[in-house]
Amino acid sequence: MDRNFTARGNHDMGGLDGGEINRDEHDYALWEKRIDAMMMLLTNKLQIMTVDQLRKGIEALPPDAYENMTYYERWIASVTNTLLDEGVITADELATKMSAIEAEASEVG
Amino acid sequence: MSGPSDTHDHGHHHDHHHDHDHLHPYDPDHHHPHRPDQDDTMTYYKVMETAVRQLLIEKGLITAEQVHRQIEHMDARTPANGARIVARAWVDPDYKKRLIESPKQAIAEIGHDIGPMHLIVLENTPEVHNVVVCTLCSCYPRWILGLPPDWYKSRAYRSRVVREPRTVLREFGTEIAENREVRVHDSTADMRYFVLPMRPEGTEGMSEDELAAMVGRDAMIGVVEAGAGGAGQLAAE
Amino acid sequence: MARYSVGDKVKVRAAFPPTPPTHVRTPHYIRGCVGTIERICGEFGNPEELAFGRRYGPKSMLYRVRFRQADVWSGYDGAAEDHIEIEIYEFWLEPAERENAA
Repeated sequence: MDRNFTARGNHDMGGLDGGEINRDEHDYALWEKRIDAMMMLLTNKLQIMTVDQLRKGIEALPPDAYENMTYYERWIASVTNTLLDEGVITADELATKMSAIEAEASEVG
Repeated sequence: MSGPSDTHDHGHHHDHHHDHDHLHPYDPDHHHPHRPDQDDTMTYYKVMETAVRQLLIEKGLITAEQVHRQIEHMDARTPANGARIVARAWVDPDYKKRLIESPKQAIAEIGHDIGPMHLIVLENTPEVHNVVVCTLCSCYPRWILGLPPDWYKSRAYRSRVVREPRTVLREFGTEIAENREVRVHDSTADMRYFVLPMRPEGTEGMSEDELAAMVGRDAMIGVVEAGAGGAGQLAAE
Repeated sequence: MARYSVGDKVKVRAAFPPTPPTHVRTPHYIRGCVGTIERICGEFGNPEELAFGRRYGPKSMLYRVRFRQADVWSGYDGAAEDHIEIEIYEFWLEPAERENAA
C-alpha cells in the first residue's frame, strides 16, 4: 500500500510563511507566571509530568489554537488535560472547582 | 498588586516600547513588571489556572509558597545575566575558551547556576553569524535569559527564520555580509543555545559593566549584533 | 554507543507518521535531507516516549546535524555558505550515499 501521509502537525511550522513578525512584547501577567511555575514544579520537582507531555498536549489542540489562544492559555489547557490523563485530578473535581471559582468571581463582581 | 504599566521610570532614557536591546547594569530589583491580574475578566483559562492550582495545593502536591518562590526564581533570570557572561568573555580570552568548552562550569564561575540546562554557546565570528529558533515550540535558554519574548514564540518567526534568515534579520535591522555564513540553529531537542556576539569596534578599554550594557537579549538570540542601537557596525563589513 | 561519528554524511528519514497523536521532534522541513554530523550530543530520553509520561525507558543517541540551506530549501535566497544545524535522534537518521566526487 503506497499511502504517503505527509500531514504536518500544526505546531511544525518551520519553512511556512508566517507573515510579518510582530515585535510587540507584553509583560507576563501573574497568572501566566503561575502556570509557568506550576509546570516547573510538576516536571522538575514532582516528576508527575514531562515537558514532552506538555508539548504533545499543545500539539493536540485544535488547529485554530494558535490564532485563538494565547501562549499560556495553550499551556494551561495542555497541563490540565495531562493531569486528567494521569489521574492526578478528575474531571468532576475540575468542573466543581471551576464552577465555584466562577461563582465567586461573579459575586465579587 | 500593581506596578508601572508601559513606562518604566529610570534615570536614563531609551527608545521605549519595551525595547531592551541595550541593558541596564545588573540590578536584581529590575525586571519587567507583570501586568496586574485583571480580574475584571476572569476568563475561562484564568479560572482553569486557579482551579488547577487550588486542586494541586489541596492534594498536597504543591504549596502556594513553592509557586511564589518559583516565580521569583524565574524573575531573577534576565538578559543581564547573559550580558555579564558576554562581557567577561570579551575581556578574558581564556574565559571565552572555557565558556565555549564547558559552559555550565564557566557560567558557574561568575556565580550563575544554569540548573539542568544543556547549553551550547555559539560564538559569532567574522566568518559566521549565528541565530537561534525553536520551530516546534519555544525552547529558549531560560535559565540564563529568563522568559522569551513573544515574537520568538510567534508563528511568523518560527516559520520564517529557518527558511529566510537574512530577510528576517533585515527586519530586525541586521544586515550580514554575503561572505559571512548565516548559521541557523533549530532547538529541536535537549540542547539550548546562547549566542556570544562579536565585540563591537571602538570598545577597547571599556569596563565589563560598560561592555555588558551593550549586550541586549536580542543579540544573544542572534537577531541583532551587539552594540548601541541594535544594528551593530562590525569589522566584518 | 553512537552509530555515527562527527563528519559522517547522514540522511534524515523521509518518514511522515500520521500526526497527531505521535509527538515527534524531527521537523517536517528536514525530512529526506542529507547533512553532516556536527557533534554527538549524548544520550537523552526519547521524546516520543516521554510524551506519554514514560520517563524510564532506554535513552537514545542525540546528534547535531549540519545542512546546507541550499540543500534544504528549493530556491533558497541567502548565501551559498549558509547552513542550518538541528538536533536529531539517531533513529531518525540513516547513512547517506557517498556523494560522487565532482
